[in-house]
Amino acid sequence: MSNYQKSWLAFSIIGLLFLIIGLAQSWSVALGIFNMCLISSVVALGINIQWGYAGIANVGIMGFVALGGISAVLVSQQPVSAAWDAGWGRLLIAVLVFAITVSLAIFCYRKMAAGRHRTIALSATIILGLFATRYFLDPAVASIEAIEPAKTGYLGGMGLPILFSWVLGGFVAAGIAWLIGKIALGLRADYLTIATLGIAEIILALMKNEDWLTRGVKNVTGLPRPVPYEVDLQSSEWFVDLVSWWHGGVLSALIDIDRQQALKQFAIEASSIFVKLCYSGLFATVLIVILVLSTRALNSPWGRMMRAIRDNEISAGAMGKDITRRHLQVFIIGSAIVGIAGAMMTTLDGQFTPTSYRPIRFTFLFLIMVIVGGSGNNIGSVVGAFIIWIFWIEAEPIGVWLMEFGTGWMDDNNSLKIHLIGNAQHMRLFFMGLVLLLVLRFSPGGILPEVIRKRS
Amino acid sequence: METITDFINAFVLLLNFILVPGLAYGSQIALGALGITMVYGILRFANFAHGDTMAFGTMVTILVTWWLQSQGISFGLLPTALLALPAGIVATVMILLITDKLVYQHYRRVKTPAVTLLIVSMGVMFMMNGIVRFIIGPNDQRFLDGEKFIIHARNFKAMTGLNEGLSIKVSQGLTVFIAILLVGALFWFLQKTRTGKAMRAFSDNEDLALLSGVNPDRVVLITWIIVAILATVAGTLYGLDKSFKPFTYLQLLLPMFAAAILGGVGNPIGAILGGFVIAFSELIVTYAYKKVFVYLLPVSLEPSNLMQLLSTDYKFAVSFFILVLVLLIKPTGILKGNVI
Repeated sequence: MSNYQKSWLAFSIIGLLFLIIGLAQSWSVALGIFNMCLISSVVALGINIQWGYAGIANVGIMGFVALGGISAVLVSQQPVSAAWDAGWGRLLIAVLVFAITVSLAIFCYRKMAAGRHRTIALSATIILGLFATRYFLDPAVASIEAIEPAKTGYLGGMGLPILFSWVLGGFVAAGIAWLIGKIALGLRADYLTIATLGIAEIILALMKNEDWLTRGVKNVTGLPRPVPYEVDLQSSEWFVDLVSWWHGGVLSALIDIDRQQALKQFAIEASSIFVKLCYSGLFATVLIVILVLSTRALNSPWGRMMRAIRDNEISAGAMGKDITRRHLQVFIIGSAIVGIAGAMMTTLDGQFTPTSYRPIRFTFLFLIMVIVGGSGNNIGSVVGAFIIWIFWIEAEPIGVWLMEFGTGWMDDNNSLKIHLIGNAQHMRLFFMGLVLLLVLRFSPGGILPEVIRKRS
Repeated sequence: METITDFINAFVLLLNFILVPGLAYGSQIALGALGITMVYGILRFANFAHGDTMAFGTMVTILVTWWLQSQGISFGLLPTALLALPAGIVATVMILLITDKLVYQHYRRVKTPAVTLLIVSMGVMFMMNGIVRFIIGPNDQRFLDGEKFIIHARNFKAMTGLNEGLSIKVSQGLTVFIAILLVGALFWFLQKTRTGKAMRAFSDNEDLALLSGVNPDRVVLITWIIVAILATVAGTLYGLDKSFKPFTYLQLLLPMFAAAILGGVGNPIGAILGGFVIAFSELIVTYAYKKVFVYLLPVSLEPSNLMQLLSTDYKFAVSFFILVLVLLIKPTGILKGNVI
């Protein structure tokens, strides 16, 4: 079967799965899963650029997703002017001192001859600079966090529409990726992977602790939406008209009060679906744009160069390709896409909770999507994202159902039965690992393997 | 006289909050890092499943401990878990050998690059994580029994008349004692026995070792057995000392990798050294020194803030910075790596 046929088959199966979910559970649930599938696809495309195109295994995805998330907060929340008034002076000095420290350190590193003197000068600059920064930063932080800690206690954001955060999220992630890439790229491939594991933990630690910027574990809730609210929809005339037109057949059979009641019920259902559809439209637009761009990049000379570097670094280097630079480029682009997806995710959730970022769910699951879908194949990554996410969500009800079915002969108070049903949801980790191992062993290219075009 | 007492008080504070916990935590990390470095040196890949292997071994140990407790069997003053440890080790050996047979063996034959094996080990990590969470659940489990303290802070204060107490937990003492025993046995095995020498030769130069008649299957088998022992013991000791939670064991991966790389990959002495460097750096950087300075400095100079360099949540940052620094400055690690 060619890749073309396979992808049609895969998308038909996915469509069928959504149909089943929609009919068996509800359309609202199906759309919710669909939206997360779209976001996961964007993350998977970002990872595919890093792992599929260039062979960089980044296990710090969680960190970049979280960076996107904090961008959503920083863009959409109203600025807390009292906090700015309290802390801006010292904060500015702290930032300046930090900037001076960094530039001095870079200056020392570049201009001094390597040796003991440079090491001493460099360490002294960094240590003194950090203490000086803390000297100004600590009181600033204390005064900012003292302003209504139960409600704000942080600087707030820019008060712009949240959609801008999708752009900013990309840029923030790209900037941090540049910084990290400068330091860590050029390490051996497996060392780099371990280093990225640490990067994600550090980004998360910063978000949990720097309350003045992110509100930390106190979370930011109630982020504004780019789409209408359900309540507003239910009270707006055009929407109620739309609903009554849609359900015309059923409604016309009813009379007065029953009709009012039914219409109200339909409007509540429809508003939830309408909001989710709005999100789907936005997410699908982003996904399609990124998919098109990234596929064009893959088929361009740049894409061929990246694959050449991935398959044989030494020979690509001998052809004059700057490998470290290309790796840095690809690391930044991939991370930026993950950052965009992170902002989308927080927009959808409407809240930013740093403690909810866990590596299994926000790093390893996304990697599995790419590898199962087909590393190096963009459509494959999207297919992988859809299938794995549907499986991840639906494994829980299915697992519980299977366990209940399997333990049906047991007594209801049997402790083993209670344990099995209670813990059934954790088996999805087991099956996820199993799927990954089976794909790696028997079909290393994934569901839709990379297409290698040969010139005839 | 006053000043000397103050000085001793400050010293006891540091002993109590940095040296004693550092020795215990360092031993736990060192044992974990030893397992990682053995896999790295002989099977040649970064084993992401190691944290969950530790969790698996600990889980079996806990289950057997509970069973023993329900039978009314205890180990006197020592934790019952020590009696259950062999069962945990046997189970872990079995699961690692099964994993090797079903998963890793194939990739050894086709000579896969290290990064692919790393991804494969992530799959194993998921499966083990799933098994552990399914059987024992994702929550905290405590299984320490017997005597809690070797030296209790209150008794220490009464004995010495100092303001500050020094407490040493049984779990901490046990950790250091067992770690020394285990590491001693491991080094004796690697240095003195025929199999140990074969393993070192295999790690040093695979082709040459094969030519000299070293049986690779046997080397791999022994390696997994050693890794299982190290992982189970490290996991159980960590669980006794702190508490058992599957997620924490996943998070231990980073400090353990950092320790293994810091000491030089494939170098057991390096892994131990690395474990202690990481553990002490974490504690030194995240400890709040206020009380120490209160004792040491005159009243006029007493610090107003906590004198804490970094909040405890940044302990991962410490492992990471040490890791990156070592990789940039001396990629082979403190002691030259790739030799067992």
